[in-house]
Amino acid sequence: MQSFRRIASSFFTLFLLTFSTSQLSAQAAETSGNVYVIAMLVIVGALILVSAILMLSENFIQLEATKADMDADQKKSLVPSINQLWQSSGPAYTGGDHVVQLKKGHDIFLNGEAPLSVSANTSKRYAVKPTDYRGMAPIPKVVVAVGDEIKAGDVIFHDKKDDKVKFVAPISGEVVEVRRGDKRAITDIIILGDSEVKYKQFDPPSIKEGSREAIVDFLCEAGAWSMINERPFDVVPSPDSEPKNIFISTFDSAPLAPDMSFIIQGKEEAFQKGIDTLARLTSGDVHLGLDARGGEAPSAAFTGASNCKKHWFSGKHPSGNVGVQIHHVAPINVGDKVWTLTVQQVATIGDLMFKGIYNAERTVAVAGAQISNPTYVKTHAGASINELTESMNEGKSRVIDGDVLSGSTVGEDSFLGIKSDQITAIKEGDYYEMFGWLLPLSPRPTISKTFPNFLFPNLKFDGDTNTHGEKRAFVVSGQYEKVLPMKIYPQHLMKAIMTGDFEQMEGLGIYELSEEDIALCEFTCTSKMPLQSILRDGLDMMREDA
Amino acid sequence: MGLLETFKKIEPDKKKSPLLHTGYDAIFTFLFSPNTTSKGGTHIKDGMDLKRTMVHVVLAMQLCYLFGTYNLGHQHFAAMGEYVGFLEGFHLKLAHGLIKLLPLFIVANVVGLGIEFWYAAKRGHAVEEGYLVTGALIPLIMPPDLPIWILVLSIIFAVVLVKEAFGGTGMNIWNVALMARLFVFFAYPTSISGDDVWISGFENIRAGVGADYGWAHSLFNGLFGWMGLDTFDGGQVLDGYTGATPLALAYQGGWEKVTEVYSVSQMWWGTIPGSIGETSKPFILIGAAFLIITGIASWRIMLSMFVGAALMGMILNGWDATPFMNVPWYYQFYMGSFFFAMAFMATDPVTAASTNGGKIAYGFLIGFIGMIIRVLNPAYPEGWMLAIIFINTFAPLLDRLVLDSHMSKRLARG
Repeated sequence: MQSFRRIASSFFTLFLLTFSTSQLSAQAAETSGNVYVIAMLVIVGALILVSAILMLSENFIQLEATKADMDADQKKSLVPSINQLWQSSGPAYTGGDHVVQLKKGHDIFLNGEAPLSVSANTSKRYAVKPTDYRGMAPIPKVVVAVGDEIKAGDVIFHDKKDDKVKFVAPISGEVVEVRRGDKRAITDIIILGDSEVKYKQFDPPSIKEGSREAIVDFLCEAGAWSMINERPFDVVPSPDSEPKNIFISTFDSAPLAPDMSFIIQGKEEAFQKGIDTLARLTSGDVHLGLDARGGEAPSAAFTGASNCKKHWFSGKHPSGNVGVQIHHVAPINVGDKVWTLTVQQVATIGDLMFKGIYNAERTVAVAGAQISNPTYVKTHAGASINELTESMNEGKSRVIDGDVLSGSTVGEDSFLGIKSDQITAIKEGDYYEMFGWLLPLSPRPTISKTFPNFLFPNLKFDGDTNTHGEKRAFVVSGQYEKVLPMKIYPQHLMKAIMTGDFEQMEGLGIYELSEEDIALCEFTCTSKMPLQSILRDGLDMMREDA
Repeated sequence: MGLLETFKKIEPDKKKSPLLHTGYDAIFTFLFSPNTTSKGGTHIKDGMDLKRTMVHVVLAMQLCYLFGTYNLGHQHFAAMGEYVGFLEGFHLKLAHGLIKLLPLFIVANVVGLGIEFWYAAKRGHAVEEGYLVTGALIPLIMPPDLPIWILVLSIIFAVVLVKEAFGGTGMNIWNVALMARLFVFFAYPTSISGDDVWISGFENIRAGVGADYGWAHSLFNGLFGWMGLDTFDGGQVLDGYTGATPLALAYQGGWEKVTEVYSVSQMWWGTIPGSIGETSKPFILIGAAFLIITGIASWRIMLSMFVGAALMGMILNGWDATPFMNVPWYYQFYMGSFFFAMAFMATDPVTAASTNGGKIAYGFLIGFIGMIIRVLNPAYPEGWMLAIIFINTFAPLLDRLVLDSHMSKRLARG
């Protein structure tokens, strides 16, 4: 229907333009005989005519392509897009495959990157956190008691409304505390971990022969289902949900993010089994986002994975965000459900289906200018962040569970989030700076060209938490679009959320976004608007409405 | 930091004296970037904030200020036929320019900021930076001899009714500085139109009228006399001198009439009568380039506005019904305040369209319509102020169209 409308409108424009140009030139000829103007009008008219014909044929080709059910990146076009013309073919290791080149975005380089080596695990306590799972009742049904000895994979709690999806222990040991927060909501169930992990042995259904129902039931029972993130809204999917597609990003472009190719070492087989399992759960495809930003080729576990569709992405942050990749491969429309998982979660599912154990081992990057020796740590999901970050540099620091753009601040005694594979520590920026807005003395990350930063694109910063200015109303326009490689109008979406306009929120694509995708917009915001929390408010409104 | 502690000590109580505290807060945050840290959301923040954005716009205007001030003096003496060379009588021209400009600048900022402070205190939020730019723009677009009370009225009108009534910085629909000028334009038309108003220091521009000097001039006379330099002696307006701007001349007799009085290079460099900021094209373009390079103003608006004006200029050339229409389209840019409006007025991010597509349409329409108003309007041969305010009104509609087409594309994606 849309294509017919486009064709009709092209015809009309063509008619209108030829008509008006001929009229104008006739008029001009009568009154003044200004040859110059007539010639110009004729040339403009001819150009418009030619481009209108091109547009028309282009529309027909697109129409045919849609009819023939071709994929977006395969669609043939009469005129190659400008991007295609100038596109370099990507790094050699992509083997000439199509690379999605993202022009927008910004890389923030910070000091304190973790070198590719693994240090000893210093975490003794681990926690399962009901707060990690959105949409669950605040007080879940806890089935263990303080003092219980449990194995990795034993059920810890389940939602009061729904006892099918189980939440299990990431490690074996003794339950030492059930911690409560505001309104007696349970925040952490803390386990003192064994040094030698004892696994509960499951009896998984066969990946190939088992029915989808059997696999779903097993994943729910064994605690793997709760790792799945369902977009939009970022919730644990209900057991009868079936996704349009499943997306896994195999690289992270955030500041100081861990190297997934390094993390996956030794888990290649589990990763493949995980993908095989996920492929059984969707009628669509499992899509892998691969790193084509140059440098070293990604691990063969990613590039050689089978049973999935692979897409290369190059460009600055947020090219590694799964939301951005979904947008460019198969965008989320109204009513769609798409699942996303992290690389290590896929490996956990693989181990579960293949070996029958819930192996929640996580390699985590501990990085940032305030960490005295940045490193990777091989630990388990829910590890104590405070025990992992014992050696800090001088000064008041902020420890972040995740990256500096979308992670959460770590409190007195906090534990790693379910999706997290990174801990960052930077300085607190609670200092006054004389004329800091006018003549900043210390270098700071920015995308603004009013700072000399753009002359030193690879400069690394310590980074601190100072807001560098106060919160204001929206004034500057167009700055978010510069760092968001998606066809979305973030500022207008934010305004729609603030005014509670559901129709606009949906129309402007709120379902395609999650906090991490607009984190960079929030970073650049001149008015220091809390975009991530505004977006979450909007998503919550939509979820309650649905 | 001794200064910081001194400042912290004298902080007034917020509850007892809100106005005092607002003023204190404004000055304090001007001196020191606050120590606030991020809470939730991104932990590190870009070094850019609204203060820095606004001050860069003001920086971009500085060359216009320097040149405009001096040119005020130059035009004053040119009317009397004294110190005809541009650099002759340098100290006198500069002194005269300052005498005329400073009152406008000081009053514009004191009155405007005073209102801002008062509203900020009333609403209990910090003083926002938008007025920094407005206060710098207003002196540049007003006639130099404008009575101060008219200036005060216009600023009260613009800041209270155009800005604060809509909720302050970031919420206004129309460009605040232009609305101040619009107020003068409609309420006191004689003080902003005609040939008399752009030459300062005379009662009116007729042959034999003497220069009108006040106490400030005598003060400078004392200084210059002591230093052994020339002083303000008081001459008379030359025979045949009109003070007409190129646009007024073009309206009367087309490009030929303009070039009888002013040379093309005079118009380009700006040694002609006009508003303080608008005359010197190269200096405005340097400011515009600065704004584009730093990414503060939108190049889309500037480019499409230029294209729109050029296109309309060409169409008018083709139509060719009056001498003014016959002015070659490229010479239209040598006259009047097109570049100033393009660089500093149309690009105001609050009142402009906010989508990239909308910005192109917005700029184009301003250029297109502004040229129509300039050439076809018999009352006043310049159009940018009216065109910008007119298209400001439609900017949300342009955005709406862009967003609607975006939304229907998303729906059709299927």
